[in-house]
Amino acid sequence: MFTNSLIRGLCLSIITLAITTSAQAGLNIQQWKTSHGSEVYFVENHDLPIVDVSTNFYAGSARDEKAKSGLAGITRYMMTLGAGGLTDQDISKQMADIGANLGGSLDADRASFKLRTLSSSREQTKALEIYTKILQKPDFPDAVLSREKSRIIAGLKESATQPESISSKAFAKALFGNHPYALDEDGEVDTVTAIGREDLQKFYTQHYGAQGAVIALMGDMSRAEAERIAESISAGLPKTALPPALPAVTYPTSASEQRIAHPATQAHILLGYPGIKRGDVDFFPLYVGNYILGGGGFVSRLTEEVREKRGLVYSVYSYFMPTAEIGQFQVGLQTKREQADEALKLVRETLNKFVAGGVTEAELKAAKQNIVGGFPMRIDSNAKILDYLAMIGFYKLPLTYLDTFNDEVSKVTTAQIKDAFNRRIKTDKMVTVIVGADEAKQ
Amino acid sequence: MTKVQNLSRSFTSIIFFLELKSEYLCQIKVSLVCMSLLKRLLRPSLEFRRVSLKTFKWWAFLAFFPMLASAETKEFKLENGLKIVVQEDHRSPVVVSQVWYRAGSLDEVNGKTGVAHVLEHMMFKGTKEIKAGQFSRLVAAAGGKENAFTSQDYTTYFQQLEKSQLPLSIKLEADRMVNLNLTDEEFAKEIKVVMEERRWRTEDKPQSKVNEQFKSTIYHVHPYSRPIVGWMNDLENMTAEDAREWYKKWYAPNNATLVVVGDVKAEEVLKLAKQYFGPLKARSLPDRKPQVEPAQTGERRVVVKAQAKLPYVLMGFHVPPLNDADKDVDPYALEILAGVLNGNASARLNQNLVRQSQIAVDVDAGYDMIQRGRETIFVLDGTPSEGKTAAELEAAILQEVEKIKTSGITEEELLRVKAQVIAADVYQRDSMFYQAMQIGQLETTGFSWKILQSYPAKLQAVTAEQVQAVAKKYFVKDNMTVATLDPQPITDTTPKGKPHVH
Repeated sequence: MFTNSLIRGLCLSIITLAITTSAQAGLNIQQWKTSHGSEVYFVENHDLPIVDVSTNFYAGSARDEKAKSGLAGITRYMMTLGAGGLTDQDISKQMADIGANLGGSLDADRASFKLRTLSSSREQTKALEIYTKILQKPDFPDAVLSREKSRIIAGLKESATQPESISSKAFAKALFGNHPYALDEDGEVDTVTAIGREDLQKFYTQHYGAQGAVIALMGDMSRAEAERIAESISAGLPKTALPPALPAVTYPTSASEQRIAHPATQAHILLGYPGIKRGDVDFFPLYVGNYILGGGGFVSRLTEEVREKRGLVYSVYSYFMPTAEIGQFQVGLQTKREQADEALKLVRETLNKFVAGGVTEAELKAAKQNIVGGFPMRIDSNAKILDYLAMIGFYKLPLTYLDTFNDEVSKVTTAQIKDAFNRRIKTDKMVTVIVGADEAKQ
Repeated sequence: MTKVQNLSRSFTSIIFFLELKSEYLCQIKVSLVCMSLLKRLLRPSLEFRRVSLKTFKWWAFLAFFPMLASAETKEFKLENGLKIVVQEDHRSPVVVSQVWYRAGSLDEVNGKTGVAHVLEHMMFKGTKEIKAGQFSRLVAAAGGKENAFTSQDYTTYFQQLEKSQLPLSIKLEADRMVNLNLTDEEFAKEIKVVMEERRWRTEDKPQSKVNEQFKSTIYHVHPYSRPIVGWMNDLENMTAEDAREWYKKWYAPNNATLVVVGDVKAEEVLKLAKQYFGPLKARSLPDRKPQVEPAQTGERRVVVKAQAKLPYVLMGFHVPPLNDADKDVDPYALEILAGVLNGNASARLNQNLVRQSQIAVDVDAGYDMIQRGRETIFVLDGTPSEGKTAAELEAAILQEVEKIKTSGITEEELLRVKAQVIAADVYQRDSMFYQAMQIGQLETTGFSWKILQSYPAKLQAVTAEQVQAVAKKYFVKDNMTVATLDPQPITDTTPKGKPHVH
């Protein structure tokens, strides 16, 4: 229902793609700080009468305590369901009346709130008024909290029966152990049950400070208007210091394999290892290398070996999810349960060969052609540019990140890819989770 | 309006789709709900369609809204019958190129269900000139993204490229329109991939199974009763010859539309199309017999048992699709009705059943007026809250429908839906892919892209009385089909093996 690990996987992949977007000449990013210490990233563009805003906080699920897992997500969600005296229904109605879209998301690192509105004065003013209330004056009404907890718990229970969710959850736990990256963004039935209104208020006060909040603005507004919008968002946020850095991820000390019984016709298999951080020195060799291994869709080695040559799967992929601390490197597939062992063996062989042997010059050339040549599609809409602004700001990447992206990709060598994979991915210490397969044949 | 009830060639393609669509997806609802919408997006056929209406609520309306650049949209037809529509959009140096075939599961016959989708997979397996797998490599080397999807009504192939690479796309598509080299060997591998796809989409997804059974219950005669991916039995018994037969039957310039949107000049696209598609020969296409679903004369029910925790209820009513864009009234009123029931978070179903009575954790409504098969349904569905039954939720949904039949809708609700239409029309211009989708879908389903221009006025003209009238006319018990999921427990999911010690 609400939790779906596969989707999470997909979302992560999207993020991974997003990260890797590079630069187009002429994307003029303006950057400044509000008087209350929020970081602002702005691109002015008047092609369409649209204003997009994204406000981002260091308030993702990695800030949760284990006993109250799910709190970060509920806090973010509940902020949109009652603020400054407006009920959830007031907010929905008033936004709908002016055709404004309120959105946002939560991941391990980040809580974000997005607003898309027409730039016409009446609509924009009203939309920003509601949006600002949501960020600054959340009411966290008890009755709404109780209702939403029930919905989330129902979703968690449903997810616990579905192989995709089961595998994803078990995988994060096996990979990250006691690190908060192991926590499910949606929490657990027990922990969500334990969350009360005061927990939300406390979490909000501690994690939603003006200091360090990242405000991205894109579209039909002048610099002066952008400054005014950012200032008004920032001004009413709690006066709290930035939360501390997350603890470091520890690496698995040995390989592990978990088999979870399930009656599904397909086995869901995930394997992986802690991957990279945002801004990691090995980012580009690993990114380009992963395109060749399992990130490049129909032209990747995994797809070629497992799907194209043998027809064992509909989907097999690999991705790195760079996060504030070291995030997932994940390889995933689903296959008819009777052939799970055969497919897993093939995936492991393909991965091991890749890490040990590296890539060919021809593969590298093709990867660069795609990544560099495909750059214009990554920033061909206001919505996409807004996401890059938020990402660059949130992870403190250089303003030239987009401008130099293609150069960085072009510089990657086959030797760097082999070296980076060798150092970063320990194929003899991989975490494996298999849901729905028969017992391993020895 | 524009539906995405498609099967895509791959999972990664769905990632790609989400990347494209996330701009709308994630702006409509907050993340928790957004997650569930994303999840729904990954479901096949009917489920997809409903998602298109909920998730892409805006899009659903905007699909028919006039495009900013409508003045810059040009259409052509080659002598061999290939239709070409070009929309210039110069905001970014990119181009979307799509080839739409008027061939989908609608055109299949019993015993060979799923063949349209299987052929879609086989279209990447090489031609006389291009070896198997090379198509994707050539597009990738040009920096492009490419994929394909199959629906009830059409099969579509697309590339997204930096604008100077358009000739490659046109050349490759023209080649595989007539030169496909469909070998037994490649077929034998790919049919296994498609069976894995069916397992992933349908076999192991309880709500997908309900949808499949629902469709074969609400339609007894019309081909929309069959799953796009095909029945497993038909996939198991399908041969390469079945796929070849399909290809020979439907893949011809006079059964296709080329849609190009982006930073291009219409005349230059025409020149390219003439160069590569021009030499292809038109073929005589098989007669398409009208297939009409006999009027339903009594309530229909189906129950599906599957491993899950929560029940699920899916209800549908036969309603008219768009036939005559100028003269029709009911389809526009039904579109507004869908908006009033479920157009935004404050709409009736969410407000009354999720927020107030809390009988549901999730509830949905949808209607697609654009159907090549000229049959359509209005769908209502939802998941009951813990402790509530599917029957209770069904009754609650019907009560909401009854309220509209007896008391109508408010002027405020009507204006709200219309306000969203206006905004959505602007927002859609941020995505070239959507704009191409709208054009291609209309052209392939027997309409003209030009009705995009009249659609806003049509929706704005709908009155509260008309909305009440369609509710009264179509939402009657004898015209209702209900499918429910009866969740079955899973006994053993305890982990075996040792987790790490960190």
